[in-house]
Formats: sequence, C-alpha cells, structure tokens
Amino acid sequence: MLDLLANAVVSGLLLGGFYAAVTVGLSISFGMLDIVNIAHPAFVLLGSFIAYGANAAWGLDPIIAGIVFAPLFFLLGTGIHRVYDASFARRGEESLRGLAFFFGVLFITEVALVLAFGADYRLVETPYSSTSLALGFVGVPLRLLVPFLVSLAMITGIQFALDHSFLGRAIKAVAQDRLALRLMAADPVRVKEIAFALSIATTSVAGALLIVIAPVEPSLGRDYIGRVFAICVLGGMGSLQGTLLAGLIIGVAESVTATFYGPSWSPAVAFGVLLLVLAVRPAGLLGR
Amino acid sequence: MCYIGNLAIGTRMRAAAAFALVLGLAAPAQAADPIKLGFGMALTGGLAGNGKAALLALQIWAEDVNAKGGLLGRKVELVYYDDQSSPAAVPGIYTKLLEVDKVDLVVSGYATNQVAPAMPIVMQRGMVFLGLFALAINEQFNYPNYFDIQPTGPDGKVELSRGFFELAMAQEPKPQTVAIVAADAEFARVAAEGARENIKKSGLKIVYDKTYPPTTVDYSPVVRALMASGPDIVFAASYPPDTAGLVRAANEVGLKVKAFGGAMVGLQFAGLKTQLGPLLNGIVDFDYYVAEPTLNFPGIDAFVKRYQEKAAGAGVDPLGFYLPPFAYAEGQVLAQAVEATGGLDQAKLGDYIRKNTLHTIVGDIKFAANGEWATPRVLQIQYQNIKGNDLEQFKKPGTQVIVFPPEFKSGTYQYPYADIKR
Repeated sequence: MLDLLANAVVSGLLLGGFYAAVTVGLSISFGMLDIVNIAHPAFVLLGSFIAYGANAAWGLDPIIAGIVFAPLFFLLGTGIHRVYDASFARRGEESLRGLAFFFGVLFITEVALVLAFGADYRLVETPYSSTSLALGFVGVPLRLLVPFLVSLAMITGIQFALDHSFLGRAIKAVAQDRLALRLMAADPVRVKEIAFALSIATTSVAGALLIVIAPVEPSLGRDYIGRVFAICVLGGMGSLQGTLLAGLIIGVAESVTATFYGPSWSPAVAFGVLLLVLAVRPAGLLGR
Repeated sequence: MCYIGNLAIGTRMRAAAAFALVLGLAAPAQAADPIKLGFGMALTGGLAGNGKAALLALQIWAEDVNAKGGLLGRKVELVYYDDQSSPAAVPGIYTKLLEVDKVDLVVSGYATNQVAPAMPIVMQRGMVFLGLFALAINEQFNYPNYFDIQPTGPDGKVELSRGFFELAMAQEPKPQTVAIVAADAEFARVAAEGARENIKKSGLKIVYDKTYPPTTVDYSPVVRALMASGPDIVFAASYPPDTAGLVRAANEVGLKVKAFGGAMVGLQFAGLKTQLGPLLNGIVDFDYYVAEPTLNFPGIDAFVKRYQEKAAGAGVDPLGFYLPPFAYAEGQVLAQAVEATGGLDQAKLGDYIRKNTLHTIVGDIKFAANGEWATPRVLQIQYQNIKGNDLEQFKKPGTQVIVFPPEFKSGTYQYPYADIKR
C-alpha cells in the first residue's frame, strides 16, 4: 500500500512538472497579458513535430532541439502578436474576435502539421526513454524525470528573468497599468509583443518534452486545452510559481486517483480540486 | 440570292452538322459519364492517420479499375470530403454527396464512430452501404443493404478477443486471474464487453476492471494499480497514444504477467511498431493482415508493394497492412457487384453482395445476414524477435507471428510474457 502511494505521488510530481512546462507560456499570455491564446496547445504540438523532425533528420535529442528552435518560436510569436495587435487589440476588439483569431490559428497550425508531417502518431525514442531508476520501492522513469527537470529549469529561468530585469518587470506591469508603463518610457505594445513571443518560445521546449513522454498527432493539442487553462487559473493568473504548484497538485491528484480509485475518476478529482481552490481563493493559489 | 441561298443552305448545313456533332458527342459523353463513388473520410483530426491511408487505397483501386476501362465502360471517379474525424460532420457530407453531387455509390469513412451517423441518410435512400471497420454497427440498424468490410464476423465484439483468451487458457500453467483495462471510448468499451464474455466462458476471475480517460498522459499509475491486484493476464483495449503509454509503462514498471495485450489499437501501424521496437516482444494483439506466408491471398503482395511506394508521398503509414488492403477490397466488392448486375440498381447490388462470394485481395468474402463477414478471421499476432527500431524487419515474416487462428498460424506462441526478453 505504502509503495503504491509513494509511486503514485512521485509519478504525479513528475507529470505535474511536465504540465507546468506546457502551461507556463499560457500563464504569461493569458495570465499576464490577458490574451486568450486558445492555440497555445497547437504551438506545443508544433514544437513536438519540429523536435521529431530534427531527431529524424539529424539524430538531435528532442529536448536539445526544443531549446535550439525556441528562438524561431520567439520570432513566430512576435509575428502573430503583430497581426493580433494590428487587427484586434488596437481596435479594442480583442476579446471575442481575438478568441476567434486564435481558434483560426489553432486549425491552421493543425492542418499545416498534417500537410507537413502526415496524420500519423509520432514518438521519439531517446536513450533515456526506456530506463527507470529504482529508489527503494519507488521507480522513477527517466522518460518523466528528464522533462520534469527541464521544466523546472525553464520555469525558474523565466521567473528569474522576470524578477531581475527591467523588461521582466515591464512585462509584469503591462497587464496592470499600461499608462504607468508609458510614463516609465516603455512601449506597452512592444513589451506585450516580447512577452507573447516568450510565451510561444516556451512551447518549443514544452512540445519537445511532450514527444519524449507520449506519442503525438497534429490534433492532440485539443486534449490539452482544458487542462492547461485549468492549471493556469488554479495557480493564479500570471504567477509562474503558482503554475508550477498547480501543475504538481493536478499531477499528484490525477496519479493518486488513478492508482487507488480508477483512472476514469482522475479528471473529475483534478477539476474538483480546481473548483474547491477557487471557492476558497478566487484568485487561485498564488494569484493576487 | 443564289449566293445567299447557297450561303443559307451552307449555314443550315453547317448548323445541322454542328447539331449532329453536338448530338453525336453528347450521346457518347453521357455514356462516358463517370460512375461517382462518394464518401466522407477523416483527412484531419485524430482518425486521419487511417483515413488518409484508406483514401490512398481507394485511389489505387480507382486507378486500377480505370486502367482496365472502368466499370460498365465508364470511368470511376471518387468524390470525397474530409469529415475531420468528427461524427457530427458525417450526416451533412452524405446528404451533399447524395443530393448535390448525385453520386452513384457510397462507402463509409473510417470507422465505427463515422459509420453510425451516415446510416440513417443512406438507409432513407435505399443505398448499398459498405462500412469500413465499423464494429457491430448493424446491431442497431438492421439494414439489409449494409455490409461491413472487416473480418470480425457476425459477433465482432466477442470475436475480437476470443483468440487472446483461448491461447492463454491452452497454456501451462493455466492462468487463473485477469485484469481488464480499457479506454473510456466506443471501440474500447465494446472490445472490453466482448472480453468479459470470453472471460466468463474461460472461467477466469476478474481482479481488476477499470477504464481510463483517453486524455491520460502517464500510464504508470494504471499499470501499478492493476499489478497490485495480482492478475495472471492483462487484457488491454486502447487507442494509439494509450497503447504506447501502456506498453512503455509496462516495461518501466516491470509488468510480471503471463500474457499481455488483446485489443490494442496502434500496434498495427508502422509508427508505433518502429518507435516501440523491442518493447513489443511478447505482446499478443489482434490484427487483420500481416506479412506472414500463411496469408498469401491473390493480389495482396502487389497491392501492398504499390501502396508502400506511394505511402511516403502521401504522408501515410508506410506499411499499410491494417486498413489499406481492406479499403481496396471494399472497392473490389462494389466493382464485382456492378459488373455482375450490369448496372447501379441499389436493390440488385445489395442482393448480389448478400448472395455471392466476393473475391478480393484480403481473401474471399461471404457476408452473413447482418452484413458482417459470415466467417470471422480475426488474427492474434505475437510480436517476436524484434531488434532495434528498423522498419524493414516488419515488412518481412517473423516479427509479427500469427498465433491464432490455427489455420493461419505461422509460428509458436511464446509464454509467459514476463519471461520474454525485451
């Protein structure tokens, strides 16, 4: 019994770390910038397929590929934000039409992936995919441990940058008071653009982590929409530490439920946790 | 006047000649109008991997038919739309095919979930309807002109796992307990229901019987939980991403059971075969066709070769064992009925298909009263001798050994699963 519980908690923590990596970009775009980027999981899938392509073509480790291609995702994010800003945000039509825009981006990304890579499931085998560490009676699969550590490093790095740079503080400020930001001689549109681009850049790494953990196909992103928004809200809008904490809680809740009560209860328990937390703390775990 | 008359006569003659020419062209043009075969197919979304492969197979069939002069002297034209893997899109597609495109024949897309919503539309118009891999659809509709291209037989849900359990029960030491783990989705639920009926007959005791949501990411808690219940064998009914998750988790956790597999969708395709590689050794799973010498039907090798040549360009499964031969056979069934009845009368086509044996690249097919194959031919294959992740090994005999049914057996069943080296 104890070994089952310990294994379930460890599996849940590792899984939660991965969930946080997938959600951290959304915490920036949705949590800080108020941009309802419903296409976020589609960019994660784009990251997965690019990591797959790099692995197939050059034998590059998918996670390294995810990091190498992150600057390109940053540029992609810049371009998308420019279109979004010029077409919707400046006209004050970003709420509903912006949502429709990102729906469109979601479908275009999916179809582009089908055309480029086909509709088959893709998976990458790495040297660590089939290895497990045994810590007493707890098994730690490297397939989950490596993404967990990379996720932790990515979130810590972004948080450090946000806390210790002018640009980082400007990003945190832009959602709260655009005018005050202007008074500090910073262009709020440019700051939002960089922040949004950063959120898209994280999907390159998150996508690489995903394809290490599970097989992907172009429309798989839709399965993640509910989960990533739930983690973002549970953690507290715009709080990266909150996102990590929420990811870990959802991961452990899913894993323990799957072990002791049956996996079909996992989503109900995870979303039950969300409702419970929001009832007590409407701003989320670490939201202000 | 004369000039005018001549001119008038000339004009009239030219007009008459032109009219005659138009008539002359029009008559053969009508005769040469193509026979339109309409269908919806998943070209995007979760089912697109199979949908696109089925489309390629049907395109190869149409090419072959047209190269031989078509059907009844008319070319065959495929009219198809992307159903986006969404059952909600299917009724609209078939209504358009029949009302606007005026297709002459219809077949289904892939698979159970896409066939069911098309049924009321085609039934209303009395069309012959060939379903592609639709599990037990006609149980609800009882439509006489429905025929399923899938070798699961009249009682598909039981047949799918019959071999898995019969094989395990024939081994020593005989298993006593079983765990069932199934995706919370249509096919897996039906497969698990069939498994429970087989388990009842075999006398096994169920110690774990749970479903999981298809959005599950990590399967190690599931595998640990079912292992804790102490099963001798594990029956899994899963879709491709969960299949990969379960197989990996089984290896990470060290699943110690006598048999593992059953109704795992995904292992039939090159993607998961090559990516999971040696982790598959020892797993027993259902299949319908593999490149083993005991399944040497006329025309199958040539078809698979042509499909594999085109697969890379079409971005589809490079092996093409699972669905494409059956999609091609679907076209062959229709073609034989059209040629034999000499027309497109749906009642006559239905009668012909119902009463005759059809010759296809997946063997001879005779349909039962409910439109399923009269004689089931669900294979249980065991993955053996897989080394590395190379695709070529799966194109040759020896890695996907047929262990059931006995008449198609191509190798020896390895038992127990836990002792097989991976």
